[in-house]
Amino acid sequence: MSITKVTQHPTQNESLIFERSQTGRVGYRLPKLDVPETLDVIPTEFRRSDDLAGVPEVSEVDVVRHFTRISTWNYSIDLGMYPLGSCTMKYNSRLNEKVARIGGFAGLHPLAPEAESQGALELIYKLQEDLAEITGLPGVSLQPAAGAQGEMTGVMLIRAFLDQRDGEASKDRRVILIPDSAHGTNPASAAMSGFTVKTIHSTAEGLTDMNHLRELCNEGGVAGLMLTNPNTVGIFERNIREICDTIHAAGGLVYMDGANMNALVGIARPGDMGVDVIHLNLHKTFSTPHGGGGPGCGPCLCSAELAPFLPTPRIEKSGETYRLNYDIPTSIGRVKAFFGNFGMMVRALSYIYTHGSDGLKEATEAAVLNARYISHKLADTYDEPYQSDCMHEAIFSHKHQAKKGVVTLDIAKRLIDYGFHPMTVYFPLVVEGAMLIEPTESVGRADLDAFIEAMIDIDREAQDDPELVINAPHSTRIGRLDEATAARKPVLRWREDMESTAKAA
Amino acid sequence: MSNNIPENLRYSKDHEWVGVDGDIATIGITDYAQHSLGDVVYIDMPRVGDKFSAHEAFGSVESVKAVSEIFLPIAGEISEVNDGLNDTPESVNNDPYTDGWMVKIKMDNPGEADGMLSAAEYEEYLEASA
Repeated sequence: MSITKVTQHPTQNESLIFERSQTGRVGYRLPKLDVPETLDVIPTEFRRSDDLAGVPEVSEVDVVRHFTRISTWNYSIDLGMYPLGSCTMKYNSRLNEKVARIGGFAGLHPLAPEAESQGALELIYKLQEDLAEITGLPGVSLQPAAGAQGEMTGVMLIRAFLDQRDGEASKDRRVILIPDSAHGTNPASAAMSGFTVKTIHSTAEGLTDMNHLRELCNEGGVAGLMLTNPNTVGIFERNIREICDTIHAAGGLVYMDGANMNALVGIARPGDMGVDVIHLNLHKTFSTPHGGGGPGCGPCLCSAELAPFLPTPRIEKSGETYRLNYDIPTSIGRVKAFFGNFGMMVRALSYIYTHGSDGLKEATEAAVLNARYISHKLADTYDEPYQSDCMHEAIFSHKHQAKKGVVTLDIAKRLIDYGFHPMTVYFPLVVEGAMLIEPTESVGRADLDAFIEAMIDIDREAQDDPELVINAPHSTRIGRLDEATAARKPVLRWREDMESTAKAA
Repeated sequence: MSNNIPENLRYSKDHEWVGVDGDIATIGITDYAQHSLGDVVYIDMPRVGDKFSAHEAFGSVESVKAVSEIFLPIAGEISEVNDGLNDTPESVNNDPYTDGWMVKIKMDNPGEADGMLSAAEYEEYLEASA
């Protein structure tokens, strides 16, 4: 293994739990067996004969200290700025966590009868109403567990709608148009739903090429368009009405990828722009935790026309009572067990209520202002591939630094030495050496200035001492990893004959 | 930076190269393409017998940076696939024009490759788009 250790200090060099194993060490002491031992109940072929070889033998305190130590190696949203573009790494409020832990919500069994789940059903219903108001799209399902699943649900709704509207002829309408700057999940969702993908070019300004869009529509067979707005270079598609009209005139529907909704909440509604279906990421825009902090939630919202196809069960309100309707024959069916990840819905509603409509609008304004501040302050130092004002994220390329042999990956790694999580790198693909920076509304002026200063310092280093940046990071426990070998020949499990990870140099 | 562009091959604006031998064409990606992609870790390839029209995507290349589609510059039927790349995808980086070849096709129109860029034209194209 070719891992370069920056320091040999013991607190910075934690071995694998397997390597901490000492024969005979345990974390329990059981009383002596006082009945005859019986092995017959377990068939021979299911019995292990190797005495659990390879399973670490450690005490309780070994386990606690091991995992506590490695937990301090994480970079998290609670530790500092996390400017991953297109990911909206905003602060996860403690109040949301407190609300999600209220016994009636946290302990409710998903199979509890409707009559005993009225509070939870009301919460889901109210969140649906608020998200419908925010997006301008009345049909809602909170079932999808993540953005990509919400996206695929949206494409399946388009497919179901077309099948019903066009009958047999629907099979001649199997093309989904996707801009070249799109998230990779867009073409994947389209392909998995039985569509073929045609790519729309972007203009030099970073917008959808309207002429190319019309040309592709004229080729026929268009089922729909998948568009991110603001798009993945952080620019608002100002022709969105015309884009939607063009697709509708061609007989298709418009799906909007809501990944960048943090630039729109409280200001502009996709439904009013002509969008038919959208997904949201509660773990981005509505501040619920990402990844290891909890499961996701990728609601799918749509027009009244598409609503009959939404996943079941759907929540209905009659008088003051909420009930689940499983009997909707036009529905595409379930996309997730039970009702999705309910804990995320509690947090998102808490976020909406604590902000109020004015607070949500203010958060959006601050998110855009923060990104524009970075864009403005770094404009003289880093190449900006597009001239338009950015929305909630700023995009740069490594063009100026690459002349010295310093590329985006090096800049990202050096940022770690300055205490920041790197930005999104090499995405979107339309910008060579892209660096996509999304500060969100959660950071103040002082943090933004510290980040900007770090970026300017890194540029100075790239010009004066490129090797310093090319070999970064220097302040971490291990140096730069060999990502190519890790991907080509991944080592996925520990083996006894492996070289020790802590001592490898 | 100077790019390796062999004289005896033909090139596409999508940075694929084509080597013609009778009605069989060998196809891979150029030195410029492998350099832009970075370390290649996986290549998704078609099956022998698959048919593609010109400019259609026939597979994809996954690098540490991104996944990119690879296009067939000319129409034809896949006659051979470089299975060696499953174990050594790095050949695409190290030897893009030899060990890093990807597929061979039986061309629908054997003259079609003549319409592609020559080495000199491709070099000019790279310089113009730099």
